[in-house]
Amino acid sequence: MNFKALLLATAFSGALVSAGVHAADLTIGFSQIGSESGWRAAETTVSKAEAKKRNINFKIADAQQKQENQIKAIRSFIAQGVDAIFLAPVVSTGWDSVLKEAKEANIPVVLLDRDIDPSGKDLYLTAVTSDSVHEGRVAGEWLVKTVGAKPCNVVELQGTVGASVAANRKKGFEEGIASAPNVKIVRSQTGDFTRAKGKEVMESFIKAEGGGKNICAVYAHNDDMMVGAIQAMKEAGLKPGSDVLTVSIDAVPDIFKAMAAGEANTTVELTPNMAGPAFDAIIAYKAKGTVPPKWIQTESKLYTAADNPQAIYDSKKGLGY
Amino acid sequence: MTRSLSRLMPVFATTAVFLAGFLICSLAYPNFASLRVVMNLLTDNAFLGIVAVGMTFVIISGGIDLSVGSVIGFTTVFLALAIERWGVPPFAAFLVILLLCAAFGAAMGATIQYFELPPFIVTLAGMFLARGLSFLMSTDSIPITADLYSNLSDHAIRLGGGARFTVPAMVMLAIVAAGMALLHLTRFGANVYALGGSRTATGLMGINVARTTVLIYTLSSVLAGLSGIVFSLYTSSGYSLSAVGVELDAIAAVVIGGTLLSGGYGFVFGSFLGVLIQGLIQTYISFDGSLSSWWAKIATGFLLFTFIAFQQITLHMARRSRLRPAGVAQP
Repeated sequence: MNFKALLLATAFSGALVSAGVHAADLTIGFSQIGSESGWRAAETTVSKAEAKKRNINFKIADAQQKQENQIKAIRSFIAQGVDAIFLAPVVSTGWDSVLKEAKEANIPVVLLDRDIDPSGKDLYLTAVTSDSVHEGRVAGEWLVKTVGAKPCNVVELQGTVGASVAANRKKGFEEGIASAPNVKIVRSQTGDFTRAKGKEVMESFIKAEGGGKNICAVYAHNDDMMVGAIQAMKEAGLKPGSDVLTVSIDAVPDIFKAMAAGEANTTVELTPNMAGPAFDAIIAYKAKGTVPPKWIQTESKLYTAADNPQAIYDSKKGLGY
Repeated sequence: MTRSLSRLMPVFATTAVFLAGFLICSLAYPNFASLRVVMNLLTDNAFLGIVAVGMTFVIISGGIDLSVGSVIGFTTVFLALAIERWGVPPFAAFLVILLLCAAFGAAMGATIQYFELPPFIVTLAGMFLARGLSFLMSTDSIPITADLYSNLSDHAIRLGGGARFTVPAMVMLAIVAAGMALLHLTRFGANVYALGGSRTATGLMGINVARTTVLIYTLSSVLAGLSGIVFSLYTSSGYSLSAVGVELDAIAAVVIGGTLLSGGYGFVFGSFLGVLIQGLIQTYISFDGSLSSWWAKIATGFLLFTFIAFQQITLHMARRSRLRPAGVAQP
């Protein structure tokens, strides 16, 4: 066991804080929601790797989707006297009293990936999240640029009805194509964020649009639905990636595989690296007292076939997606 | 004297496991052996401790109550809606929910008694019913902003070093003490033991079996309701998904605490220690920070297995040395 190393690290981190901070002396606790999705698992893997890069002693507590477990983990991080706490909140309410305890103990809290109720605004240092409206906008702008002046009928595979991410990605995409009257959404239906449902809905779109001849592009709120849609198009004898343009969001490994095979055009990344910017904010805060902005927006990077999708697939597939 | 000491053996074993566990954790992590960690253990496990007291009564009487986790969930959603949407004063809402829980528990107890159904099935139905109702009321997590809530969750006796003796912890300790008194000092408590020994013999002894059964399940549901109040204080919100699976944690705590699953034998204090042991394992895992949190479940499973084996061995030895037969309460 590495008890000794841990013992030393925790003892030193306490003793050296006042003597000028150095990343290697930092101990940071992360209360993670769980591992309910591939993206979440990748976030955990990437966070650990980012901590290692910066020599941070990083502790992760997986809450198994339960708020009470997250509160317990935060309390025990406070009792350990960690230098900062990262929290990916499972629900948006009910954090006030435990975050007040952290504040009293002078331990800064950084929210990752999700936000909490506005009443808790002054209880955390900063929130690192993605802007899902922006993601949709990036996708829409890419399509407008790619088709130029040519008329283009788009079919849309929406995420789960009622999910804020789905609503935001829809809104953003509509904003992105608003400037081009030649680009129109002709059909839009929910595919529940799943592969199977994405395929099924795409099949009905193809039937409804004259065997797919009238479809110029497919926009899916996530890559999984797109992977299903690509399957449906191939079965209908269409050539996704050339006959029909594809644009989706998330950047999971399988979409890069499709891009490498020329069957998908582009994806907008929801980065699993939320911890990286959070570590940098905490290091700057501890060393120089720099207060970060209340919201750190992660980059929504666009990937196309020009970005060597095979190499990206190889680097992403080990992350736990 | 020696006989009553040997009766307490399982509780001593649980105490020893807890102390040994605490010692191991303290040796591994310098910050562990602090009042703050002990107080966190009490606060963070208060809701589980309260239901475990009720579960102890149920299991000693030879039954089981699978509905408690759902009753906690239902209580938190009901309180959030009552206080936030319907404008009911918090204390009135507490009273209403405790009465509702009492009626719910009494109905389950009566069904078990008069229809002669196994408690497992009846309380399983209760579990689905309560969880379903809470989803029907709301699927969102609703914040509770009443002043009483922020006052109560901020109110704590500060013990230095950041340790806080919080309201949930106080409530749990009071319930554990009251549970011990009720089980060990009253006639009702003696009847609970008798019922777990043998229902027919208890009836023949002139004890009102029906009344005792209904009261036991009423007590368990009321404590689950109280636990729900504490849970809603703990998170300042109501959420239909809260406390999923808590009934199983409570049963585990009761068995680790030395209570026989077949009934007739057990202690409230043991269940309290069982709760603390589970909390201790979770705290160790978050202090370590690199272990998967699922190890907590594995460790609990291992402990359960060990304790059941231990009980069987002691029972077997007791039979061989021609002591009292197992499962019968001391008169």
